Amino acid sequence: MRTKLDLPADRVRHARTLAGRIAQPVQSFIDGHSSVTVERATLRLTGADGANADGVPVPNLVVDQIKAADPLFLEDGVLLRYVNALVRNGDTVEALNAKIAAGFNVASLPLGDRATIEKKAAELVQAGMARIKANRQRRGVKQEQFKGQNNSPLLYLIVATGNIYEDVKQAQAAVVQGADVIAVIRTTAQSLLDYVPFGATTEGFGGTYATQENFRIMRAALDEAGDKAGRYILLTNYASGLCMPEIAAMGALERLDMMLNDSMYGILFRDINMYRTFVDQKFSRMINAYAGIIINTGEDNYLTTSDAFEKAYTVLASQFLNEEFGFRAGLPAKLLGLGHAFEMDPTIKNGFLYEFAQAQMAREIFPEHPLKYMPPTKFMTGDVFKGLAMNTLFNFVSKATGQGIHLLGMLTEAVHTPFMMDRYLAVDNARYVMNNIQDFADDIEFRQDGIMVTRAHQVLKETIDFMEAVDKTGLFEAIAAGMFAEVKRPKDGGKGLEGLIKKGPHYFNPFEKQLAAELGLGGAQ
Amino acid sequence: MNVIRPYGDTLDDGKVQLSFTLPVPDGAKGREAARKLVLSWGFLDCEVVHSAPLADDFSFYVAYGKTEKSIDYDTVVADQASADAAMGMDECNEFIKQHIGRKVVVVGACTGFDAHTVGIDAIMNMKGFNHHFGLERYPELEAYNLGAQVPNEKLIEFALKVKADAVLISQVVTQKDTHIHNMTEFIELLEAKGLRNKFICIVGGPRIGNKLAVELGYDVGFGRGTYANDVATFICKKLLEKKQA
Repeated sequence: MRTKLDLPADRVRHARTLAGRIAQPVQSFIDGHSSVTVERATLRLTGADGANADGVPVPNLVVDQIKAADPLFLEDGVLLRYVNALVRNGDTVEALNAKIAAGFNVASLPLGDRATIEKKAAELVQAGMARIKANRQRRGVKQEQFKGQNNSPLLYLIVATGNIYEDVKQAQAAVVQGADVIAVIRTTAQSLLDYVPFGATTEGFGGTYATQENFRIMRAALDEAGDKAGRYILLTNYASGLCMPEIAAMGALERLDMMLNDSMYGILFRDINMYRTFVDQKFSRMINAYAGIIINTGEDNYLTTSDAFEKAYTVLASQFLNEEFGFRAGLPAKLLGLGHAFEMDPTIKNGFLYEFAQAQMAREIFPEHPLKYMPPTKFMTGDVFKGLAMNTLFNFVSKATGQGIHLLGMLTEAVHTPFMMDRYLAVDNARYVMNNIQDFADDIEFRQDGIMVTRAHQVLKETIDFMEAVDKTGLFEAIAAGMFAEVKRPKDGGKGLEGLIKKGPHYFNPFEKQLAAELGLGGAQ
Repeated sequence: MNVIRPYGDTLDDGKVQLSFTLPVPDGAKGREAARKLVLSWGFLDCEVVHSAPLADDFSFYVAYGKTEKSIDYDTVVADQASADAAMGMDECNEFIKQHIGRKVVVVGACTGFDAHTVGIDAIMNMKGFNHHFGLERYPELEAYNLGAQVPNEKLIEFALKVKADAVLISQVVTQKDTHIHNMTEFIELLEAKGLRNKFICIVGGPRIGNKLAVELGYDVGFGRGTYANDVATFICKKLLEKKQA
């Protein structure tokens, strides 16, 4: 694409340098730490699954047993004692899971020969990695088979009934209507649960529990609907909250294609402890990277919280930081679905031009990234007719600036969870607009002294000013001081801090090591 | 008596616009089913002007109906928090200075598992919403926004700590009546601790009505289209009322 904004390349480079400098001290902290959910994710990748009679998942039971035996044991990595139990008992993974669910305590066994444990662990790592790799290949084959059949940008629809079987019906209908991506929104409380529920679920509030079984059910349903429609349908869930890496692990095992996954969202918008979040996001992103899962970052949240016109620079700054943390976890640009949103007050004069400039700026600064564009929500009212008009402008900007992932706006956004006909009207609108302006982007240039070019340059400048201030302050301190999203998050505050684990000198996590090696990441312990 | 009917382009023509989905395939039979369904709702005539397939067994309809039903407008009573016009931000501050004589403390939160801060933010954040500044901007108010997913116990604990005059609860998610549960629990907790009269209790959300709120034991409920100054007006007038009682 030819540039329309002529943004100064050296300033963009400078912003990336700043992002690198801001991330570096955080990275040092991350490298020395694990967390209960990183450990549980590792167990899940190894095959730990199931739950006891009270619904406590096996990975949680294992971590809790080891912690109860001696909190210092956690510093060794929990896989050590889980595999020790496998070796000692001569069990299969399935048999051990059943025993643990029935009350067996893996920490009750003395540690055996380390070399034997490592050998057994290496086998399990190979099996887990092979399963993820096979999923990645399967996706590749399907996408090759249906090449060129998806919409561009990808049309993304949400289902949220609370009941996975009802979700399946709605999702399959959405595929018939033209969706390329189906996201199963999670039940309201799930981001703050420090465990992932087990099995198929039929009860949820404002969404459906993310469980491995629910992933499997929806994956099968979308493969079926996609084969019928002649398109590969991408399945999306949320690797966020207190179980970020575990959900990434489950998604990798069940061939999800996208995950909402942001380096700072949990801290700012869910009040999860910052140290915990930074540690968790790294491992979750390594898993996503290896699984070929496109992450969607949550910059839209800055704009629903603050003013989208005044705080446009916070979006770009967050995009640079998400990119930097993504690169550091092995995610290539093509898996970085950096987020932004069409959230300006619709009464602003020339608001459309500012939205257009912002979207074009993101496109030009992040040329290979499948940008995730979010629809208007904040200024949607019960006036569904006005809502449809706003969504039309949103659709226009998205196509005209070559966005990658297009979350369809619902005309009933502020009214209820989408009716089936609301999704139809959304797809119909998008297809009308996008077909009607198919080559518009290649056919226009912007006036170099015009409103849009001026605006983009201004936002880039404000972004760099902001990032310089963050660099000077330090990221942890900047978050604590309320520099992001107008919210102050103390370093030791928020949820989940107690689940942070300092890696000991003999920390054992062959999965992390193998992932780092496969992803070409240096600094793996 | 002031009898009214829907107005299309002529007084009393009773024209109504409808759209809905039926769980049947699109086609002549589906359209006829839609038409007969509309007539069965009491409409005198119905024209199905558009239909489209949504999925194999679902179809979408746009229809116009004509109704003869009417209502006497003079007998209607609205479910509204206050008959008085709300004061603006400056007026509210002036009112507090004159009649209360100290800063008024307001604590707000979106309670239970509800993760939507959009409502409480619109009322409380400095910036406010749609050119109505939020409560944090009011110099005579001390406003605390605790954000989302705040347990009722925590909210009460905090309100006591800062000696709140008013507690604002936002409820956005109403699926499976979770908001009723949250709202009821809050009042029950207050009553169990003998604290109900300590605070002015206010609840708001896009699907909250004043009638419902009052039934559940709140002082007032605010629905769609409420701004910070509506809430501030209620708080300072109610405080004065309590002071004079």
